[in-house]
Amino acid sequence: MKNVMGVINVSKKSGDQLGLLAKHRCIASMPFGGKYRLIDFVLSGMANSGIQNVAVFTREKYGSLMNHLGSGKSWDLSRKQDGLIILPPHSLDGYVLPDFELNSYLAHKDFFDRSSQNTVVVASSNIVCNVSFRDAVRYHEEKGADITVFYSESLPGIAWPLRHNLALNDEGMVLNIVERTNQLLSARVLLEIYILSKPLLMELVEDSAQNRDAGLLTAGIIPNLHNLKVYAYALSRFSAVIDSVDLYYRHSMELLCRQTWEELFFIPGHVQTKFTDEPPARYLEGSAVCGSLLANGCTIAGTVKNSILFEGVKVGQGAYINNSIIMQKCEIGQGAVLDRVILDKDVYVSAGKVLMGDNSKPLVVEKRRIL
Amino acid sequence: MIPKKECIAMLLAGGEGRRMGFLTKELAKPAVPFGGKYRIIDFTLSNCANSGIYTVGVLTQYKPLVLNSHLGNGIPWDLDRKEGGVTILPPFVREKGGEWYRGTANAVYQNLFFIEQHNPCYVLVASGDHIYKMDYSLMIKYHQDKNADATIAAIKVPWKEASRFGVMHTEEDGRITDFAEKPQLPRSNLVSMGVYLFNRKLLTKYLRIDDINPLSENDFGRDVIPLMLQDGCRMFAYPFYGYWRDVGTVESLWEANMDLLAVEPELNLYDQNWRIYTVDPSQPPHYLADTACVEQSMVSEGCNIYGTVRRSVLFTGVQAGEGSLIEESVIMPYVRIGRNVQVRRAIIDEYTEVKDGCRIFNNSHAETPQIILVEENMIIQENSEINR
Repeated sequence: MKNVMGVINVSKKSGDQLGLLAKHRCIASMPFGGKYRLIDFVLSGMANSGIQNVAVFTREKYGSLMNHLGSGKSWDLSRKQDGLIILPPHSLDGYVLPDFELNSYLAHKDFFDRSSQNTVVVASSNIVCNVSFRDAVRYHEEKGADITVFYSESLPGIAWPLRHNLALNDEGMVLNIVERTNQLLSARVLLEIYILSKPLLMELVEDSAQNRDAGLLTAGIIPNLHNLKVYAYALSRFSAVIDSVDLYYRHSMELLCRQTWEELFFIPGHVQTKFTDEPPARYLEGSAVCGSLLANGCTIAGTVKNSILFEGVKVGQGAYINNSIIMQKCEIGQGAVLDRVILDKDVYVSAGKVLMGDNSKPLVVEKRRIL
Repeated sequence: MIPKKECIAMLLAGGEGRRMGFLTKELAKPAVPFGGKYRIIDFTLSNCANSGIYTVGVLTQYKPLVLNSHLGNGIPWDLDRKEGGVTILPPFVREKGGEWYRGTANAVYQNLFFIEQHNPCYVLVASGDHIYKMDYSLMIKYHQDKNADATIAAIKVPWKEASRFGVMHTEEDGRITDFAEKPQLPRSNLVSMGVYLFNRKLLTKYLRIDDINPLSENDFGRDVIPLMLQDGCRMFAYPFYGYWRDVGTVESLWEANMDLLAVEPELNLYDQNWRIYTVDPSQPPHYLADTACVEQSMVSEGCNIYGTVRRSVLFTGVQAGEGSLIEESVIMPYVRIGRNVQVRRAIIDEYTEVKDGCRIFNNSHAETPQIILVEENMIIQENSEINR
């Protein structure tokens, strides 16, 4: 993997659908899974696969992301040679391309030029998966592909937002990529993770920049499907794209199944994140917790069912939490009742308060609110 | 030469922990796991970092491999420094041959070159195998205020336990008049916590004197401290009132873990201003299944629990199957417990697998029961019984 570098793209404008949750942060630093941020998943995949040079392209509200990533130490990417680098937005001569994604590549062309690696793994930051890029790069090489795109098979019966679907031949070669809202049973849904050579990436970016077209996918890959060898790589285990509150909630709840928990967090490698030094969770007398995921630092005196509690959450006596996601350092007062609620960080719910989301939509409470 | 640093710490971490049975079979006592995610030495190391002492020598001797890899380059404690940081100091060979550390004082004596290299005003000597939170910077302040040559941290213990420790007698202003290491008949219940602060020059002098004394056992409590007192050094007791445990036995390790389960534990691990740091095990939040029931317990990351857990401490990555009942026990990292297993008043050591239907059971209701200890890396076959 010495010859492979990674690019994590936080520059696409994709936080719009996340409403209050994305008010203070970019989507990459969105808390997920009890202690992680969305970027941890692809970043850990890259680090665990032996990719030593990773750039993170940012666009806006990336303060919390920089705080989270630090020097990259948590991913073993604090290196003299290469390592993790955050590349903030900047425009060339005041000229900003309509799509920030392409702008990032062009603005940071230097980074690509001085990197020694010749193969690039490009990934969007809002994909939750645990993937061995080592296996994927091997597949890419064995197929002799120009580009390898990742996909997962969709689950039926869910209202999906617009997604790109792949049509493949028997060899796994991509014949067509079309956008759809209603996913057919076992449709192949494209995930924005690509493997390609550095020169090809630069070529596609420069060409599409001249065309002043949309993003890498729509301007670079789709128009060239017939003159390039584009192959598809399947993610067979749990994977999710988070770009709406609804999907955030639904995919979070999927972690409350032991098999998914194991698949996502342990296989093929451990997901790494910034270490917070919280002590183990404490269960007091009268606590009743089941079907839930709890991070370190929690103190529980009440009832928690079918919920995800991030680090340092306090649940008072007699409180009842059901089907909810409670982020870092929230405090739930005695006797409070929460059902289908997403509390952002540092929310204080006073004693006896009742908060209910409705069946179609969870109730989202903004960071640091006192209720 | 102008002193480069105010204070450096020398942590004694060579202890074998002979009374801890299998727990110290493969590792030194400071490396024994404690409190759901820590190792005992994390407390002293975190105390150093939180007190602003960033040069720490760790003196190792007995089975140091686990300890060495735990310490690494000191990152978890913010002790990865260009200047100082954490340095592991094992015994080594010299031109005229080498030797093991003969006692606590000798261990520091053999590393005087390390102290000189850092050239501090004060040297803090502390055990790496005690559990407590202490701000050494306050002790340094006390030491300076008293214009002391040496200061010994002191705590009151129940009279019946005093004879296990170094017993001190002080004047009203805290000046030590008498020090007896493990006396049969203690004159006081004020005992040494094994945390000493010395003026560097005086420490060097007395360690050299101690080294050439053929009758000395080269121990701080037994030899160096009494000698300094005899010579009229100004030595003071620094009173400490918090939680402090020297867990020497399986039972006391169990008890110290149980102490954490009190409604208001004396040792508060949740204090944001005095974090206890340790190595990141990179585990996800723990998972409690629909069948799980957990009360009055501590559960760490990476666990997945299907059974019932009461008054217990579950370390990182523990599994417990459906129908199992774990009571008043300490389950060390990555232990796997099958279905319908009963565990009561036991310590199960790291990586052991307890298969379905086993009973590891202590029926005693005594306040200080004998604890069943199950060795690390064992496989306990289905339906086995371990009773006491």
